[in-house]
Amino acid sequence: MTVPVSWYLALAAALFGIGILGVLSRRNAITMFLSIELMLNSVNLTIVAFARSFGDRAGDMTAVLDGNVLVLMVIAVAAAEAAVGLALFIAVYRGRRSIDVNRLNLMRW
Amino acid sequence: MDSIQPQEFLLLVPEIVLASAGMLLLLTGTLKTSNGYRLCAAISLAALALTAVLLLIQGIPGAPRVILSGMFIVDGYSFFWKLLFLVASAFTVLLSDRFLSDGGYRPAEFYSLILLATTGMLFMASGYSLLSIWISLELMALSSYILAGYFKHQTKSNEAALKYFILGALSSGILVYGISLLYGATGTIQLDELAAALPAALALETGSRLAAAGWLLLAMGLFFKVAAVPFHVWTPDVYEGAPTPVTVFLATASKAASFAILVRIFYQALPALAPDWQWITAAIAVVTMIWGNLAALTQTNVKRMLAYSSVAHAGYVLIGVLAATEDGLWAVLFYLFAYTFITIGTFGTVILLERKEYAGETYSDYAGLAQRSPFLAAMMLVFMLALTGIPPTGGFFGKIYLFAAAVESGWIWVAVVGVLTSAISLFYYIGIGVQMYLKESGDDTPSALHAPGLVGTIAVCAVITVLLGILPEPLVQFAKSSLVGLL
Repeated sequence: MTVPVSWYLALAAALFGIGILGVLSRRNAITMFLSIELMLNSVNLTIVAFARSFGDRAGDMTAVLDGNVLVLMVIAVAAAEAAVGLALFIAVYRGRRSIDVNRLNLMRW
Repeated sequence: MDSIQPQEFLLLVPEIVLASAGMLLLLTGTLKTSNGYRLCAAISLAALALTAVLLLIQGIPGAPRVILSGMFIVDGYSFFWKLLFLVASAFTVLLSDRFLSDGGYRPAEFYSLILLATTGMLFMASGYSLLSIWISLELMALSSYILAGYFKHQTKSNEAALKYFILGALSSGILVYGISLLYGATGTIQLDELAAALPAALALETGSRLAAAGWLLLAMGLFFKVAAVPFHVWTPDVYEGAPTPVTVFLATASKAASFAILVRIFYQALPALAPDWQWITAAIAVVTMIWGNLAALTQTNVKRMLAYSSVAHAGYVLIGVLAATEDGLWAVLFYLFAYTFITIGTFGTVILLERKEYAGETYSDYAGLAQRSPFLAAMMLVFMLALTGIPPTGGFFGKIYLFAAAVESGWIWVAVVGVLTSAISLFYYIGIGVQMYLKESGDDTPSALHAPGLVGTIAVCAVITVLLGILPEPLVQFAKSSLVGLL
């Protein structure tokens, strides 16, 4: 007995929703960034679930490989994003001793 | 899927050269002695020129050629964009020189990031799989985040970078979720296979739901990158806070690259959904034109006004995209080509007037410029007329072609909104002209034209802007011939 694909998709969609909510409701830059990482991981879960189902159903190895490569690339990009993002947070923190985005209000309208 | 032949890499030589130059420049940054601003600028200009020459040696591709197992396509469309990106990057380098040395910021890393971002754009223009398109988009975006925050001792620059990063990462997460759902609906990420598999997927209930959610999320991510309302909130802050040469880069090359992939994805992967994306694009285009122009009216900072004007111009370009005809597409290419030179010239003038980092950005700083520097005032006037779309400038023909394409394909109401909002834009563009020619200036210090690279760039952009307004035909032919195999 296997878990159907739709369950994985529902879990991934829930994770994605939590990520979006986190970005929109939190005001600490690091928490917002971690929410974005959660979104990327829900993407990974979605792709892996689909890739597995393509392999089980049709034995379509090209589709399976496409998906798995995509996941590896998403992981790599997420790591690169983390490197850039954390460096930017440090630069902002040095300037004003806070990374609360509500206080980033030099430029308005 | 075919195996990769070694000779396929010959078609990648321009990209390989540019990426190597970018990484080499990064290495020279670690040497203690390499604080040579001129040297670093010269190396990056040489790398961009070499890449352009290699591209021209390959020549305009006749039939499209898909290589690297469907990751990469070489066609006229990619050729057109690559030339435009290289020119825009070269001008950005020319504009950056004085800015970096005045602020005392290290040049090697800056130029290296420009070259790497340009490499990303070249790959975007040639991306033929959602995977390669997304990765190259990220290469461009990650470089841009750092560039926006390059003035690390300026809190404004930091703030711009942080806002750009958070919203950019969010949009890229949404975009890649859309890719994952499209992959789930069709089982492929290569554009032509996707287009072929979509009709069958749309016939199924789950398939059609997945595809609909997938392309909507993907489109949201793309609209964010081109700064269309309501996904534009990052634009004013980033354009205002980023170092001005970086603003030029984002407003020209980066925006054009985002349009390049938006058009390719819509036309080559989603033709089955054309009626849907035409409606959504029409709605977004109308809101973008209205909001962008109205918001630009209320600004006092020139860079911020230009940011909103750039949002509005994204709306005009979307008119050509939604027409879904050949006429609409070459109008998009023509408009973005003209807009690139107009924008570089405008921001070049802003840079010349900026005395120390962020000073000289308000409207009143332009008061009496006609007396202080007749040359700069005349140049700025040409660019403002071009942005409004008044002849004889390239901006005029760009808008005419876009609106005509929309009318031909039956989207008359969108074209009408375009014309009306262009009329609104006259007020804020001419506002600068009034300041320059009719207002008295507080100080009489003549603006010195001390940066030859900068002045040359502005003059070249003005000449091209006027030339396109008198002789648009050669560029129209080039844009038309670039579309072979795209539709």
